[in-house]
Amino acid sequence: MNREPSPRADVCIVGAGPAGGLMADRLAAAGHDVVVLEAGPRFDADRDDRERRMERAIRPGHGPDSVWDMGGDRDAYESTGDRYYPLNAARVKGVGGSTLHWQGMVMRLHERDFRLESATGVGADWPLDYDDLQSYYAGAEDELGVAGASDNPFAPPRDEPHPQPAFEPSYSDSLFAEACEALGVTTHSVPNARLSEGREDRSACVGYGTCQPVCPSGAKYDATVHVERAADAGVRVVDRAPVQRLEHDDSGEHVTAAVYATPSGEHHRQTAREFVLAAGGVENPRLLLLSESEQYPDGLANSSGLVGRYFTEHLFAGVGGTLEEPTRQNHVGFNTTESHQFYDQPADGSRGAIKLEFLNYAGPSPVEMALGGDDWGDEMLDRIRANYGTHIAVGALVEQRPREENRIRLHPERTDDHGNPVPEVVWSLSDYERRGIERANEIQRDILDELGADVEWTVGPENTGPAYHHMGTTRMGDDPAESVVDARLRTHDLSNLTIASSSVFPTGGAMNPTLTIAALALKAADHVDERL
Amino acid sequence: MELTRRDVLAALAASGAAAGAGIALSGEPGEGPVGEHEVDTLVAVGNVVYPGEVEGIEEFVRQYSIERVRGRPEYAEGVADAVAALDEYTRSWEDAEFAALETELADRTLSGFDVDVADPDPDGSDRERVRYYLVNELLYALFSTPTGGELAGIENPQGHPGGTTSYQRGPPE
Ligand SMILES: Cc1cc2nc3c(=O)[nH]c(=O)nc-3n(C[C@H](O)[C@H](O)[C@H](O)COP(=O)(O)OP(=O)(O)OC[C@H]3O[C@@H](n4cnc5c(N)ncnc54)[C@H](O)[C@@H]3O)c2cc1C
Ligand code: SF4
Repeated sequence: MNREPSPRADVCIVGAGPAGGLMADRLAAAGHDVVVLEAGPRFDADRDDRERRMERAIRPGHGPDSVWDMGGDRDAYESTGDRYYPLNAARVKGVGGSTLHWQGMVMRLHERDFRLESATGVGADWPLDYDDLQSYYAGAEDELGVAGASDNPFAPPRDEPHPQPAFEPSYSDSLFAEACEALGVTTHSVPNARLSEGREDRSACVGYGTCQPVCPSGAKYDATVHVERAADAGVRVVDRAPVQRLEHDDSGEHVTAAVYATPSGEHHRQTAREFVLAAGGVENPRLLLLSESEQYPDGLANSSGLVGRYFTEHLFAGVGGTLEEPTRQNHVGFNTTESHQFYDQPADGSRGAIKLEFLNYAGPSPVEMALGGDDWGDEMLDRIRANYGTHIAVGALVEQRPREENRIRLHPERTDDHGNPVPEVVWSLSDYERRGIERANEIQRDILDELGADVEWTVGPENTGPAYHHMGTTRMGDDPAESVVDARLRTHDLSNLTIASSSVFPTGGAMNPTLTIAALALKAADHVDERL
Repeated sequence: MELTRRDVLAALAASGAAAGAGIALSGEPGEGPVGEHEVDTLVAVGNVVYPGEVEGIEEFVRQYSIERVRGRPEYAEGVADAVAALDEYTRSWEDAEFAALETELADRTLSGFDVDVADPDPDGSDRERVRYYLVNELLYALFSTPTGGELAGIENPQGHPGGTTSYQRGPPE
């Protein structure tokens, strides 16, 4: 493929995940010349290739990062905080970005999430409100093909139904519903970015049950949908073209070029009128830090000193066990019931949001048990029968308080395949998260007790882990001293540089971030379009 | 429980080897390193590692293994290498190739080689490759089919596109 720069481009977008894909699609539809530079490859899109990746995901003998070819010098990183951060399990590089691997739960943030500091004294307020995003949320749901229902009494206001009908509740949901009712816990459906009905040339979900990390049918949304649509509309998508740095003009007010490498070792400069950073919550700040100059000695767009700061995640909390009856798990790989009853943060600021998830894939699946044992034949089958079928679990996402010391920075020694310093993740938890996780565990245990479950495991404050949502590292705000981008997603320092990503979230709530990323990307596309 | 043609197709789909149900199952090995002997060896392994309730093993393993490696020379190489490694071990202890052993002796031989406790690894030692390319290969095929799933109590096992109704159903009365 020709990896020369385009002679004339209105917009250069760095990264081909959902943020970059949606912006490319919108801006192309508005008639602009767009180039997308993507560090990773364009994966084969046929079902055979996806099925082979699925096999790698299910069968032991393949590292989990190998499903989407992550790892090696290209993706080297260091994790140096109190908590280890498994970065390469938390992202994919390639056309489609991390949505190739994702789970596909997509919900809107609550009104309070945009006003956390005012409401509870914790974190920061966003420079925009739910009202400013509501129509973009609807647009994002439409683009992603979200299957959902309007049965969630805790959800923020919406004017229209979801574009696809929700998936029906699972059998285990019905067991939970009874227990929850007895406890006064209200349950409701889950909005899923997977098709419950076929749409254009995409298939409806057919129940492979391996959604994360790979959906062979294409029912689960991934950003190849938008990147390929953009390409059909004339957008140039250059894969295996990692951007090395951004250059700016003498005034320091405009980005002039994105310098990228090619597989043959050449370096090119792509010029454009507008630039969009959509490389994810870790690579966005890294690229800005790598783009230091005389004028911006601490990194491009970093007058605030906050680029890379406030790295924020969602924490997983969970309790699981077994019942004395069948629970019918692992037929599908996604969830159909949640409860957002404990979502809104208490006014005293003691803990953050909690989103409860009722799992449809608790416990190991028979195929995993068969492949991972040290027996075979009848003995194996007896073991599988004894262990499969009665597992049950409640998970949760818990909010993390943004703290400056959690950050992405350039590692002082280690470099990647192009000689650039690798990202160093510095990540730790505070009591705010601990209290949130403990509260989640309490609710989860009550529910399992009500069900009469034999509780076998707990993921609590000590063994919690991240949900792979990278937020906060180029935060949005009105004050240039306190933030990196404004409410139009444009950097305070450079007037033609936009950042579309969860890296702009000032606070993260406890909703999976991608619907909000998509809504912000659509908003940013409007602003870029206005300027062109 | 009888393995059928439908199960062969399901297992092939789960491994990315069949694009659709229209595929013809010739039952004849193609060109390449996986020939009659390799297929016979896989059948012998299947007789050991599949539970006693499973019927139709020979047909299932034959048809599956032959289609599975069509157009995948690297994978076929891996299977053939693993068969050679298993034969070498079997010859040194039993003075025969693995495919020639009675099922009970084949079972003891496979355990004697420590394949049961080996970690599957496509690039690993002899026993790790036998575990990956022969044992786990066949267990994956079985448990990603509806028949294999039902043995374990799941009609729509992982890896099988069994639709979106079974997860909603309660257990059979
Ligand atoms: C296991 C897992 C499960 C998840 N589940 C959910 C879920 O259920 N719901 C949800 O909302 N979110 C989920 N997420 C998160 C979701 O995947 C991300 O929020 C989303 O993909 C972010 O979109 P993005 O476009 O900002 O970044 P990405 O999707 O990460 O895409 C960024 C792209 O930029 C490219 N890039 C990086 N650096 C450069 C460079 N220098 N030059 C050129 N290109 C570059 C990368 O290669 C990548 O392709 C999950 C993530 C993981 C890993
Ligand atoms: S269950 Fe998951 S993997 Fe299977 S088709 Fe549906 S979305 Fe795709």
